[in-house]
Amino acid sequence: MSQATTVPNRIKTRMADPKKVLSIYFTAGYPKLEDTTKVLQQLQDSGVDLVEIGLPFSDPLADGPTIQDSSTAALKNGMTTTLLFEQLKEIRKSIHIPLIIMGYFNPMLQYGVETFLAQCAAIGIDGIIMPDLPLAEYELHYKALFEKYGIKNIFLITPQTSEARIQAIDAASDGFIYLVSTASVTGSKSGFGTEQEAYFKRIAAMNLKNPLVVGFGIHDAHTFKQATTHTSGAIIGSAFIKTLTQEGLAGIDPFIKSLRPH
Amino acid sequence: MKKSYHVDENGYYGTFGGAYIPEMLFPNTEELRTQYLDIMNSEDFQEEFQALLKDYVGRPTPLYFSKRLSELYRTKIYLKREDLCHTGAHKVNNTIGQILMAKRLGKTRIIAETGAGQHGVATATVCALMGMECVVYMGAVDIKRQAPNVARMKMLGATVRAAESGSKTLKDATNEAIRDWINNPLNTHYIIGSVVGPHPYPDMVARFQSVISQEIKSQLLEKEGREYPDHVVACVGGGSNAAGAYYHFLDQEQVNIIAVEAAGKGIDTGESAATSALGKEGIIHGSKTLLMQTPDGQITEPYSISAGLDYPGVGPMHAHLFQSKRAEFISVTDQDAMAAGLLLSEMEGIIPAIETAHAFAIFENRPFKEDEIVVVNLSGRGDKDLNTYIDYFKL
Repeated sequence: MSQATTVPNRIKTRMADPKKVLSIYFTAGYPKLEDTTKVLQQLQDSGVDLVEIGLPFSDPLADGPTIQDSSTAALKNGMTTTLLFEQLKEIRKSIHIPLIIMGYFNPMLQYGVETFLAQCAAIGIDGIIMPDLPLAEYELHYKALFEKYGIKNIFLITPQTSEARIQAIDAASDGFIYLVSTASVTGSKSGFGTEQEAYFKRIAAMNLKNPLVVGFGIHDAHTFKQATTHTSGAIIGSAFIKTLTQEGLAGIDPFIKSLRPH
Repeated sequence: MKKSYHVDENGYYGTFGGAYIPEMLFPNTEELRTQYLDIMNSEDFQEEFQALLKDYVGRPTPLYFSKRLSELYRTKIYLKREDLCHTGAHKVNNTIGQILMAKRLGKTRIIAETGAGQHGVATATVCALMGMECVVYMGAVDIKRQAPNVARMKMLGATVRAAESGSKTLKDATNEAIRDWINNPLNTHYIIGSVVGPHPYPDMVARFQSVISQEIKSQLLEKEGREYPDHVVACVGGGSNAAGAYYHFLDQEQVNIIAVEAAGKGIDTGESAATSALGKEGIIHGSKTLLMQTPDGQITEPYSISAGLDYPGVGPMHAHLFQSKRAEFISVTDQDAMAAGLLLSEMEGIIPAIETAHAFAIFENRPFKEDEIVVVNLSGRGDKDLNTYIDYFKL
């Protein structure tokens, strides 16, 4: 047993709590390079349950313009993989909520997959979301490494994902499953209709071993409630980045409080 | 098992290829992956495809013995005249194939990316032919640089959408097309213009372009009494004309494969598109291949005077040909390519696309034996590049 696996994974611990998970995505090094840890602290202080720290990438295929622009800005600010790990080195002295690094596979590949995972374990990162690291490739080449370092790999499913594939993803997962709400890139604002509700219900009824957390298209208290009625939680990204862009760090607390009015 | 340079059953060329795509695209590529070979190999598909290649595209394109270049460079040079295809380049071979594929998959809407506009025009052309809706993504910078091709696409009924993200060129147009596909997974087919992207695209596009080497074989048999050349030469950006020219010779090791990349202002100047020299293994647009990137894994912007060669990666087939040393890679500067373009114009009466001109520049420094047969894929004509030629030579 490596040392990392002896520490209980914070994602698993939090998911055991029935209270709906409010999760926030933000781009590391945005709006300013040194804002990463300040944003994290404010999110925890405001009551956020789980944070996805975005490692910016030059070509974020699955993201809409908001997250893409924040990634471009963060890279311009000078954000790199090495710098992010440096910024997060002491993070577990002050942050106790689960932390996930979300990004694209190429920067992780260039850093070295094992070195990347070892760094995550050393810092106290609990999981990773790499939308363009497919299930087949993960299982073939990287699963053993993720397990060695006790890092949870979080997979996405979409309204088009077949039932058989959902079962396969559930079997390969051990944290939560990221339920993409609609066929879209991040930041769409159409809101949820009966189609989405039926989809959330359908997946919930599969009684998967992993809890479900919904992402894409959640931007206010109403959509948060819709997304979490049949699931364990929801992730807000683009709407949060917009708040950061418009109001800076002072906008974080009111925005987070507005999502769970009670 | 016999060694092969073709794709394997998992979608890899050696260690390159695969499908590194977000889950949102899995059903689309999976649908294609499970059906493309059956559809392509079906009799009715082949009948329709071959008929259109013949009567609409104008195939077979000639294999022309270039007497004056052969004398100049003391070897036997044949030109495969893809510049004579409808729309002016080999690109249309692939768009014809893919739109027939899209129809059989029940798709009603076509999207494409384009850099200089050649693939966009070839896609808009076949959409007009088939009466299908067509949206072409093009970098905002390229839209300004390539106004005539934008106008062509509009005349052909296509909607041209500007990619305003990143560097606003080809790679960003490709990102936007992929995002469109994520947003429209059911009714839309994405016609990728080169042998890039997630499996099965590199293989599918190579197969549609393989008509080039198929014809070279029978034309050489007729002219030289044998089915293969000693060397086959093509320029490589993403690498679709090259994949087509090499395809039937890939596993025939007596044929030397020569890939010509754009060195831009020189490999070490920071303004280059020579991926084999400057690239490292990584992931771009859903495929593991060689690509130009920072040490941190951010994809960088390449440079070449030719808009069709300034792609930061190469198709996985070519990455494998490079790494396995099956192919000889040569890079050619802007300056040498432009000179070669002028030489071909003056000596053979053929104004080549600047992409293609790169392939002709190798003869200045790379000697061939007198009795060797060298086939150069003349992938496109130079009409689209006239402004660049005018500016460069002060014509």
